[in-house]
Amino acid sequence: MNQVFTLGAIVGILTSAIRLATPYLYAGIGEAFAQSSGVVNLGVDGIMLISAFSAFYVVLNTGNLWLGLLTAILVGLVMGLLMSLISVTLKAEQGISGIGLHMFGLGLSSLLFNVLVGTVKTITGFPSIKIPLLGDIPIVGEIFFNHSILVYGAFLLVPVAWWILDKTSWGLRIKSVGQNPAAADSLGVSVDRTRYISVCIGAMLAGVAGASLSISLLDLFQDNLTAGMGFIAVALVYFGGWKPLGIMGGALLFSTVNAFQLWMQVLGVNIPSDVAVMLPYLLTIAALAVTVNRARQPAALNKPFERGES
Amino acid sequence: MPSNDAAPKGRAARSSSIDWRTVVVNIAIPLAGMLIALTIGAILLVFLNVNPFDAYAVLMGGAFGSWTGLAQALVKATPLLLVGLGICIAFRASVINIGGEGQIIAGALMAAWWPLQFRSWPGWLLISTTLIMGFLAGSIWGFIPGLLKARLKVNEILSTVMMNSIAAQLMNLLIRGPLIDPAGVAAGTYLAQSERLPANAWLPRLVPQTLLNAGAIVAVILAVVVYIFLWRTTIGYRIRAVGLNPDASRYAGINVPFYQALSLTLAGGFAGLAGVVEVLGVQHRLLEGITGGYGFTGIVAALFGGLHPLGAIPASILFGGLLVGADKMQRAVQVPSSLITAILGLVVLFVVGSSIWSKRWAARRKIEAVKESEAAG
Repeated sequence: MNQVFTLGAIVGILTSAIRLATPYLYAGIGEAFAQSSGVVNLGVDGIMLISAFSAFYVVLNTGNLWLGLLTAILVGLVMGLLMSLISVTLKAEQGISGIGLHMFGLGLSSLLFNVLVGTVKTITGFPSIKIPLLGDIPIVGEIFFNHSILVYGAFLLVPVAWWILDKTSWGLRIKSVGQNPAAADSLGVSVDRTRYISVCIGAMLAGVAGASLSISLLDLFQDNLTAGMGFIAVALVYFGGWKPLGIMGGALLFSTVNAFQLWMQVLGVNIPSDVAVMLPYLLTIAALAVTVNRARQPAALNKPFERGES
Repeated sequence: MPSNDAAPKGRAARSSSIDWRTVVVNIAIPLAGMLIALTIGAILLVFLNVNPFDAYAVLMGGAFGSWTGLAQALVKATPLLLVGLGICIAFRASVINIGGEGQIIAGALMAAWWPLQFRSWPGWLLISTTLIMGFLAGSIWGFIPGLLKARLKVNEILSTVMMNSIAAQLMNLLIRGPLIDPAGVAAGTYLAQSERLPANAWLPRLVPQTLLNAGAIVAVILAVVVYIFLWRTTIGYRIRAVGLNPDASRYAGINVPFYQALSLTLAGGFAGLAGVVEVLGVQHRLLEGITGGYGFTGIVAALFGGLHPLGAIPASILFGGLLVGADKMQRAVQVPSSLITAILGLVVLFVVGSSIWSKRWAARRKIEAVKESEAAG
């Protein structure tokens, strides 16, 4: 047990925690956009999978990381449009359509991977960039300022998303559609268009989350690469009270537990790995159970909007 | 979802007779969704340089082209139907149970352990107690998220997904540890599977040389039981009322959280039975991949069957057949069976997406019925 608490191990755990928070941040903040507008998109995991594969495949064949990222975003957009069509235009039960989207992404990514690639291959992903000066600070520099561009981007997204959602009229429009679509509609805000845009922003960010796994953190693709990360990201939105800062707190809590669990295994600390792997899921349930600030939940969450009904 | 409970007493006689036009609409809409999903699948196959006609010929012929194929389809339809029955109960209460996979595992774990403790019992007693214990194990796995929803308003979709992952890890742990097959340990292979069950715990096989077992009959009987439960008992009526309109149910004095938790618990029990049937009827032991994705495919079957226990029977056979066909397609034309997962996902999207038209149809029929009754009297 002692070796877990050496300086080197702690720095290692915290550095991995920052890295591992990346997919949760992109997917969770994206989901916050969708949910703020009143749409629960449970298909995040499926979007992450198909985007992760697309990014990986493009990089495998062209070596162009930015082209891979762009592909992941475009694939995310297509999935977002599909989700919007079903749950906004056709007003379907959002929970079920999200599960459909998840199954579609899971099946399609596995199909394409097995036909087009076949075996697990690795690629060279986004390199770590050491930030000048800050990166030279002992310990702190190593933990915070020596990561790939997608990791920095994830943390930059937090203030940007907060500013958009809380300080711009566009963000307020998204929230008004999520709180009281009938009132927003009567003031001339197009409920459907706002929800389409919010769901698609969320889906594109889920695409980035998938790409961050396959071309930045792990540099590979395999069947069911995400192992349910997308669902945890959705849970983080509840945990974080629909606020980017809260979601970041949740993401860091998760990634720290995960990093700790991985290091325990690396160091051969004697707890069965299956118990350790269960930790994030137990933690998610516990986190959902203790999150009591439900007053902030968008009032029209999970409710399709139809004019003349209230 | 057609409902005839709201009909005033005077129209009771007519509303209990079947409205065939609505039945046809409710069957045609999901079938159309299926066709669109298959068409998109075919386009995908073209991009992957596979002749979609060849692939689909194997897909359909695999299950529905021979008697053994059909028997295999029914073997897969059995757990789908059992899971689907639970889904009917839960979804009717507007509780979305995604936890089928974990609940199947809970039942399967019980089925792998219980018969080993009571080897000497006669078969009928051993099998029936295992079915009951497996139902209980699955229902505990459904009760936990049910309780969390009722007491703490924890979103059941997320908690059941997490319960799936926990169950999967628990199973990995147990079949490599306490439940590991002693024969594998003795031989030094340490295969991750449990001990083979004594033969008196096996569900009788219905057709020689196939895996089709008595579990299929149990599932069909239970479909009728669930139908009676949902439409002919007070508890079933309340479960449906909670799903149709929770606010009105609350004003009518129905304890909404209780019935939501109950429906999730029952759903877990039925999925647990699916696990028992897989162990006692097909594998005779617990091994990795025991769930076969039935926890998810069962949702598709239930939705496709209109969330009606009797509608779930043909839907389960259809999807059981597609799963058998997908395996054969993988071997014959090298199309990974994950194609079927993608198609199932599209089927879900199109079936829930098309519910807007069934709802509009139901609304139109209601107006027509009112006009007719005004004209008549």
